[in-house]
Amino acid sequence: MKENPLSFQLKLKPEDFLPATKEEKESQVIMRESVSFWKDGVRRLAKNKVAMVSLFIIVLVMIFSFIVPSFYPYSYEEQIKGANNLKPMEYSAEEQAKIDAGEDVFPHILGTDKIGRDYAIRVMMGSRISLLVGLVATCIILVIGSAYGSIAAFFGGWVDLIMMRIVDIIYTIPDILLIVLLSFSLKSPLQQLVEVPGFGWLGVLGENLVSIFVVFALLYWVGMARMVRSQVLMLKESEYVTAARALGVSNGKIIRKHLLTNCIGTLIVTTTLQIPSSIFTESFLSFLGLGVAKPLPSLGSLASDAINGINTNPHLLFIPALLISLIILSFNLLGDGLRDAFDPKLKN
Amino acid sequence: MLKYIVKRLLLAIVTIWAVATITFFLMNLVPGGPFLSEKAISPQATAALEAKYGLDKPLLQRYMTYMSDALQGDFGDSLKQRGRTVMDIIAMKFPVSARLGGISVLVALIMGIPMGCIAALKRGKFLDSFISVVATCGIAVPSFVVCTLLMYFFGVKLRWFPTVGLTSWKHYIMPVMALSFYPTAYIMRLMRSSMLDVLGQDYMRTAKAKGLSGFVSLFKHALRNAILPVITYVGPMLAYTVTGSFVVEKIFTIPGLGGEFIKAINGRDYTLIMGTTIFLATLIIVMNVLVDIVYKLVDPRIKLK
Repeated sequence: MKENPLSFQLKLKPEDFLPATKEEKESQVIMRESVSFWKDGVRRLAKNKVAMVSLFIIVLVMIFSFIVPSFYPYSYEEQIKGANNLKPMEYSAEEQAKIDAGEDVFPHILGTDKIGRDYAIRVMMGSRISLLVGLVATCIILVIGSAYGSIAAFFGGWVDLIMMRIVDIIYTIPDILLIVLLSFSLKSPLQQLVEVPGFGWLGVLGENLVSIFVVFALLYWVGMARMVRSQVLMLKESEYVTAARALGVSNGKIIRKHLLTNCIGTLIVTTTLQIPSSIFTESFLSFLGLGVAKPLPSLGSLASDAINGINTNPHLLFIPALLISLIILSFNLLGDGLRDAFDPKLKN
Repeated sequence: MLKYIVKRLLLAIVTIWAVATITFFLMNLVPGGPFLSEKAISPQATAALEAKYGLDKPLLQRYMTYMSDALQGDFGDSLKQRGRTVMDIIAMKFPVSARLGGISVLVALIMGIPMGCIAALKRGKFLDSFISVVATCGIAVPSFVVCTLLMYFFGVKLRWFPTVGLTSWKHYIMPVMALSFYPTAYIMRLMRSSMLDVLGQDYMRTAKAKGLSGFVSLFKHALRNAILPVITYVGPMLAYTVTGSFVVEKIFTIPGLGGEFIKAINGRDYTLIMGTTIFLATLIIVMNVLVDIVYKLVDPRIKLK
């Protein structure tokens, strides 16, 4: 049969239908499972020594501040009689007598403060408060910031313009001035609110702590909102968003299921770097006497209280001061490590 | 350009107005009044004083009166420090804070820029790692920690510098060190990364290829471009040193505006709170606008919107 040179017919021969050989089959086998975004990120993170050490320190501090106090023999508000201003590992006269009588007395590892409270447990409780403030405040920022930013970017146009002008205004407001003012003015309305049934839990947290959260919720979400907005602006042009729209998915679901889940890398990094700055601000406020209510300690207020006794008991100042620096440093380094691991823009 | 400046200025005015309004209503939420703490005053006298300063009128009316007065440049008299206007107090206290803040900003720039450059030029060497570690730690240490450590070692233990007040040049050393600590660390990091970025650019290779000396290419090409991000940081840095001085002023007992602000809130000195807030907010916002405009002027690559 004469072949037509323009024919598209495949010129197959009988050999082409033979079963594949072993070598041919092997070349098709997938050697490794394909690496998912998460696995890849976690693997990069695990290789980063600085980040892993920071993570270890953070976990250690968390164990000491959340778990150890529950079975520690002293409590943070208990004033031990005759044990004022003890140096680390010292015992009061009473406790020394007990030891001489053969009883076991748990040592004051970091000594006691001037009204006889065990300092080790106070530092642990203090770091618990500082960590709690950092984590809760960051959660508030994350929720408000990502919702605000994604809504502004998704709807665009006038909505975006007005919403971002508001962000611009909040961004330029000198924050410390307003924080100081807010913490003062929120105190008494909150105290009244505690008496209203159903709001008693506010009293457990303490009015100052709640007002710190309110301050964060009002002022600090703008950075997060800007970050999320720029991501969503980019993502909303993707085909899968158009596809989801064509299938009739509601706007809210597109934002939640498609847009926010796709900028999760940025969200994780920004959140981790927000935690130290929240802790920083809390310690600053506590230091000025606007932080958590007494007798609850925070690292900032512990340092502030110890300043007057700096000549006689400098360790009371150094321990919380260095601990807070260590916590902030670890979170910063972990955040940097996470950014290297999860930010796709930095991949070569 | 003009459109951009006008837009920024309008936004600045709205922001200052927002700050003033928020502050006005917030401070009136704080219970108590300026004259309640003085026990010697009879209720009649309190009422008379309140009438004199217009505190007996409804809140909204006071707000309108205050705003229209403030627009004409009249910030009223201090309620607690009798016989002195708010402007007098600011004029007396602000130079102290400004001098301290100004010196700190200068120190931060003088220390931070060269160190960042050195780190970038010696990338991967010991000096780079050393500077990077110092900068990373510097960012993590809150200002009150720096203050108290400085005070303990140099003030209490070694007795090199006085710890209270601000009368001789010796008094400036510790507060300036404390205030410039964070900005220096930040500028070092910023300068290092932007310098590294610039050094990898094509025009640096061109400069080398056409035979420019290392000195000229470094100062004329690299530094001029690398310093731009630092300029944008000057605005926030100024805000930081002005407000960050709250803590420094408290620890070193310096009679500056920050301490006055805290005292005014504690004493419910309404006019002084408003005056200092508006003053500091205006200062910070205007500085930010200026820095942004300067930034756009020096860098022709940035398009004006």
